[in-house]
Amino acid sequence: MPSYVIPAKCTGCGDCVNICPSHIMRFTKSGIFGRKAYNAEPESCWECYNCVKHCPQGAVQIRGYMDFTPMGGAVEVYRDEKTNRVYWTIRYRNGTVKYFVFPIRTTPWGSIKPPTEYPEPPKEFLRTPYLSCEHEQLGGNKLGVELPRMKVPEVVKAEVRG
Amino acid sequence: MVRVRYVDADILIIGGGMAGSGAAWETRYWCRNCRIVLAEKANINRSGAVAMGLSAINTYLGLKCKENTVEDYVKYVRGDLMGIVREDLVYDYARHVDSTVHLFDEWGLPIWPEPKTGCYVREGKWQIMIHGESYKPIVAEAARKALGDENIFNRVMVTHLLKSPSNPNRVVGAIGFNVNDGTFYVFRAKATILAAGGGSQIYRPRSQGEGLGRSWYPPWSSASSYGMLIEAGAVMTMMEARFVVPRFKDGYGPVGAYQLLLKTRISNAYGQDFWKPHIDEIRKLYGGKGNYVDLPITPTTLRVFAQRLEWIAGRGPSLMRTDETVKKARRVRQ
Ligand SMILES: Cc1cc2nc3c(=O)[nH]c(=O)nc-3n(C[C@H](O)[C@H](O)[C@H](O)COP(=O)(O)OP(=O)(O)OC[C@H]3O[C@@H](n4cnc5c(N)ncnc54)[C@H](O)[C@@H]3O)c2cc1C
Ligand code: SF4
Ligand code: SF4
Repeated sequence: MPSYVIPAKCTGCGDCVNICPSHIMRFTKSGIFGRKAYNAEPESCWECYNCVKHCPQGAVQIRGYMDFTPMGGAVEVYRDEKTNRVYWTIRYRNGTVKYFVFPIRTTPWGSIKPPTEYPEPPKEFLRTPYLSCEHEQLGGNKLGVELPRMKVPEVVKAEVRG
Repeated sequence: MVRVRYVDADILIIGGGMAGSGAAWETRYWCRNCRIVLAEKANINRSGAVAMGLSAINTYLGLKCKENTVEDYVKYVRGDLMGIVREDLVYDYARHVDSTVHLFDEWGLPIWPEPKTGCYVREGKWQIMIHGESYKPIVAEAARKALGDENIFNRVMVTHLLKSPSNPNRVVGAIGFNVNDGTFYVFRAKATILAAGGGSQIYRPRSQGEGLGRSWYPPWSSASSYGMLIEAGAVMTMMEARFVVPRFKDGYGPVGAYQLLLKTRISNAYGQDFWKPHIDEIRKLYGGKGNYVDLPITPTTLRVFAQRLEWIAGRGPSLMRTDETVKKARRVRQ
């Protein structure tokens, strides 16, 4: 039961359902308290913490599998896209608590320049070994060096079996 | 009634992990007027093996800072995979990896800078350190800007490739379904890029009870890339080297930062070296023409094999001696 929802805190917004890469965060049938999220397949949970990070109510928590993680320990996380930091709290079962803060991004969200804003690459470059942004004429040489020239390798003969 | 949606495109990308997102960026860069669509069984913002964030970039050559050459890298991979390797393919991705990392840097991925040299902090000879909690959302932002959200089909699980009736060697699209509402999707495309990641849990897990099947690789990595390609008749290469990642006591995560950056010692349950007692046997069995056992970086397959031999000899589990590393760090601080 690695991630679990505290129903009293859950407003049923669906952010965790929307983000879970394992597709195991699901809704209960709507009851008198409305729909709630729950981890429908705990044995398939990756413990990736995405449901925890994306829940605006702090309603999702995780505990480790009991045969690996000492009972009573806990990891909590808060991720903030405004300050671009992630805050981890590690609680040991003997009461020790440790805090860690890490940067998550150095630029504002949404600031990436899409490929279409680079000048259109000259057609003849399709025949060169360069990818985008590897040559002055392809949006700048981000490689930092000229691509090493290589001999065209011998074609590897594929044997079709069966 | 099953709802059916037909999607016609020039290029179909299956899987929106790191590879799929990169393909989205690159295809759009070269083809401004193409319709490029991407089908992803999860949500591209947090999908793929990077979804939880990473601590390192495992391949960065550092050509700019003259840290390594592409040839060195091919030699290293050849050694690690004990000679069974398509060197042309390795060479090809190795020569492009630096520019990709520099793009990540520009997009906002916090890579640890080395202030003196202007390069990056090395975790190991080939790895660099990052604050990678948001690695995937950053790369996904680039992919989404490249394709436009209307061309990204989240929660669509692709099941089969479609082949041309007139040319059985040509893939012309794929079919799949939306995992939420069951809508059946038919993608028809001039070119298809399959980037659905690797496969985990292929072997029966050793762990029992609640931890059954726990591995650090994602449980949903279902080897679609292999399955669909094999079914479509593709010849698979470089599938020979495979290994079962041994777990360390009390954990089942990747240990790169401890092993490479902090040089933490690995031992058997009795604190003894796990590698030396088996060198002769492994050399005899797998030393091969390349003297793989005696390479400066021991091939991963052999290293994990030695750990398994320790377990079979009854000296498991393996320990990652984080206690020693922490003690050392404390001493340094004092
Ligand atoms: C815990 C962990 C730690 C790691 N640490 C590091 C590290 O520190 N440094 C490093 O360099 N590498 C690290 N790696 C490895 C790295 O994350 C992977 O090699 C990389 O993400 C693989 O990218 P990919 O695009 O090939 O596959 P993935 O990122 O797995 O992408 C595959 C995508 O396809 C989708 N998909 C799968 N099947 C289908 C289908 N049938 N239909 C539609 N979509 C489908 C999946 O949802 C997924 O989004 C780590 C991996 C893990 C699991
Ligand atoms: S921890 Fe990850 S895999 Fe598990 S429920 Fe949350 S989002 Fe899904
Ligand atoms: S994100 Fe939080 S509040 Fe929203 S449905 Fe999930 S658990 Fe409930």
